[in-house]
Amino acid sequence: MSLKRITLTVNDLVETVDVPQNMTLLQMIREKLSLTGTKNGCSAGECGACTVLMNGEPVNSCMVLAAECDGVKVVTIEGLAKTGTLSELQKAIISSGGVQCGFCTPGMLISATALLKRNPGPSDTEIREAIVGNLCRCTGYVRIVDAIRQAAK
Amino acid sequence: MANAKSKEQTSSPIGASLPRNDVYEKVTGTAIYADDIQFGNKLLYARAKRSPYPHALIKKIDTSKAEALPGVKVVATGKDFPDRIGLYLQDKTIFATDRVRFVGEPVAAVAAINDEIAMKAIELIEVEYEQLEAVFDAEFGASDKAPLIHPKLGEYVYPNFIFPKPGTNIANHFKIRKGDVASAWNNCAHIVEKTYKIPHIQHVPIETHVAIAQMDEKGKVTLWASSQSPFAQRNLIAKALHISQSDMRVIAPLVGGGFGSKAGVTMEAIPVALATKCKGWPVKFILTREEEFFTNFVRQGLTIHVKVGCDKDGNLLALKNVMYWDGGGSTEYGVNVTRAGGYSSSGPYDIPNVETDSICVYTNHPIGGAYRGFGMSELHTGIDQAIDELAEKIGIDKISFLKKNGVSEGDILVTGMTMHANGLQQCIDNVAKSLNFNEKAKPSSPDRLRGKGIAIAWKAPAMPPNAGSSAWLELAEDGNVTVGLGGQEIGQGTFTVMAQMAAAALGVSYDKVRIAGPVDTQYSPYEWQTVASRLTWSMGNAIRAAATDARKQILDMVAEAWKENVEDLDIVNGVVVSYKSEQEIPLSNIVIYGLPKENDQGWMGGPIIGRGSFMPKYVTGLDSETGQGPRAVVHYTVGCEGLDIEIDKNTGKIYVQKAAASFDVGKAINPALVKAQIEGGFVQGLSSAMFEEIKLKEGVMTNPSFVDYRIATAPDVDFPLDTPFVEVPQDDGPWGARGIGEHPMVPTIAALGNAIYDATGIRLQGPPYSAEKIYLAMLDAGIVK
Repeated sequence: MSLKRITLTVNDLVETVDVPQNMTLLQMIREKLSLTGTKNGCSAGECGACTVLMNGEPVNSCMVLAAECDGVKVVTIEGLAKTGTLSELQKAIISSGGVQCGFCTPGMLISATALLKRNPGPSDTEIREAIVGNLCRCTGYVRIVDAIRQAAK
Repeated sequence: MANAKSKEQTSSPIGASLPRNDVYEKVTGTAIYADDIQFGNKLLYARAKRSPYPHALIKKIDTSKAEALPGVKVVATGKDFPDRIGLYLQDKTIFATDRVRFVGEPVAAVAAINDEIAMKAIELIEVEYEQLEAVFDAEFGASDKAPLIHPKLGEYVYPNFIFPKPGTNIANHFKIRKGDVASAWNNCAHIVEKTYKIPHIQHVPIETHVAIAQMDEKGKVTLWASSQSPFAQRNLIAKALHISQSDMRVIAPLVGGGFGSKAGVTMEAIPVALATKCKGWPVKFILTREEEFFTNFVRQGLTIHVKVGCDKDGNLLALKNVMYWDGGGSTEYGVNVTRAGGYSSSGPYDIPNVETDSICVYTNHPIGGAYRGFGMSELHTGIDQAIDELAEKIGIDKISFLKKNGVSEGDILVTGMTMHANGLQQCIDNVAKSLNFNEKAKPSSPDRLRGKGIAIAWKAPAMPPNAGSSAWLELAEDGNVTVGLGGQEIGQGTFTVMAQMAAAALGVSYDKVRIAGPVDTQYSPYEWQTVASRLTWSMGNAIRAAATDARKQILDMVAEAWKENVEDLDIVNGVVVSYKSEQEIPLSNIVIYGLPKENDQGWMGGPIIGRGSFMPKYVTGLDSETGQGPRAVVHYTVGCEGLDIEIDKNTGKIYVQKAAASFDVGKAINPALVKAQIEGGFVQGLSSAMFEEIKLKEGVMTNPSFVDYRIATAPDVDFPLDTPFVEVPQDDGPWGARGIGEHPMVPTIAALGNAIYDATGIRLQGPPYSAEKIYLAMLDAGIVK
């Protein structure tokens, strides 16, 4: 399969990658860039574990072709505490106890980061709606919602 | 006491809501799960060829075209791996050999240089089948009219507490005969007789199963797996492959959710089989989400016929309970769910006369395995709703009825075992208070109906009588502690709780303790499995013993050096102190190098290593005809849940107003983690109660995706959830603790069913209690037009 060369920004670093036409953004992030913090839970855009920011918007990276990503800006979970300082949201999810197995956590934090950027003071309903596409089987969402509310303060 | 480090000034890590010790990695994306491990260019990708039929003979498998495809490294089928495998009843092979028994059963697998080639190769494998009549109903399957699914059942190996019936599809028949049920009905003032059907559901860990296997040139296997059971996998896979257990190494990194699905051995054996045929090459096998739904373990379906009666004062007198478990094509693990459903078949009620038949039946459905609750959610769905009806019939309020009949210390249980001290009464009170249970609340709008429901639950760890735990503990030059353990971090927080226990037992602060991970059977001490809500109790005991052992070695050494009595010494915050001489010395260095004798006359002590193990030794066998014996289980965790709900008359949709869950955890080592378990378990239970069902049509799952199989999402949990816990100590638990992992989803379906009844007067036969089902039932009942 022919490769396409794309140049994009991932967590503020400019990357040039040769990707097969059928490679997803998720596969590129995990396999080409070795950023394994972004998870794959369904390969079908249904669970949200692979959520990343693409030009500031949360997307299911399993549903985006890497070849279409030339020139885009991507932020993954590894980009949230790049300087070694945890974001307010990361701190809040620790203190609220909103992490169990941790597999949904990266996607959840990315969706919540996007929410707080577009709506710094969300209601609980808005918080829940913002993460409706991020499935979590461990926590029952209670403490995740607590964390997002806490980080918004 | 002059010493500034005296115990009174140090806060104990026990009972403290300390932060998880795996959380930094998990919020930064640096936590390593099995699929994150890098294997380089040599990695091969595996795919499985699966049966399209529920029941068929395999006439011929032709792999030649697949083998000829460039990029295919190896193809494996059942003919190379004929040995049976199974945790309890050894009825399964790695690949189907002579027949397939459920849709999705693996018949062959390939390993290729990339995933695309592996997928193509699977298409090129040709399998010729002869279809057989299939069994899709457990009750029919148990009858003599049903075709046999395992004609060789009589040749299978199983432990002495499983009772298969060769010549039938019954893989286990567990019986309870306590008291005299037949004559007790005559003394009953009220009797309720009901049948409930609980559908199959799936665990839905967000991380699907993944396993990578590699065999070296000498035949030693390494398996990296998302696993709740690295040691059981070592044992069972080694046996199936005829290699020694010590040549089978299992490395188990963090698990992205298990809920029982990653216990025992399932798909992990497939990459191992492939790896044996291409020495030196790592082979990775990942289940797709679709495969996760029906090709591995599911929660088996249950049909339960329950008849329960009480006297005129509301004392429960008799229970007859017949359960048909839809075990699927293999019941290697599921037979023990049936056993657990049998020995706990009364639920947490004191009932003098009980007759139970808990029957595990082979069907041509997906394989039933361990699922959070291990049969208890299904069983309680029947019992707790029947008892709710009984309370209604006799006209006693639900709370009084539950408190009057709930099991208490000294009661003789269905197996003849005597119940230990427990806080069930307090749990019921907590829920009743939280929901103002006996006060009828008004619906928030004329379009809605309102109701409250409550249910109680119990569950014992379900495991072999001698399931063991072990641990070690060592210290570094800096005085920091490393704990070796074999139980898995599957999200429940066990690494954190174990670090808290080690810190407390040794005398250091929590932040000084590290867990030696990932669990690796080559270096980690033995642990049976991470199942049954047993780690806090069992592994906790082993850790406490290891820390106590290390502590003794340290104090003996220092006592000798200071010429003092050990009784006068203590370790506080990582410093050995004498309450007598007020001397002190930090643990750093002395735990490695020991201490010098006086006048340079040699040394004492040496590197400190503590060891501990724990295995319950008191569980007895039960009679095969009556289920009676002195001690069926190690202990029970009990609790209660309730819901206050509204139902929209126009749609049937449930709106939870408030929920409460209260369990007796013995001792909450980490209260925040206990509450997190209760919240998560409750929501998983609620999700199963409202939404979840594996829809099976002629053995085919018709909804294997998140679009068609809905689980709870954040907007579904928009109500207050109160989780007050109770602490009545467990006599042999570390600091009195017992497990809480599974229990919060045990009474949820029944509690919701009881609330729906309270709101509408309708009893639905089985979950999920979907809006559609409720609306149609309201139409039928004339509640809405």
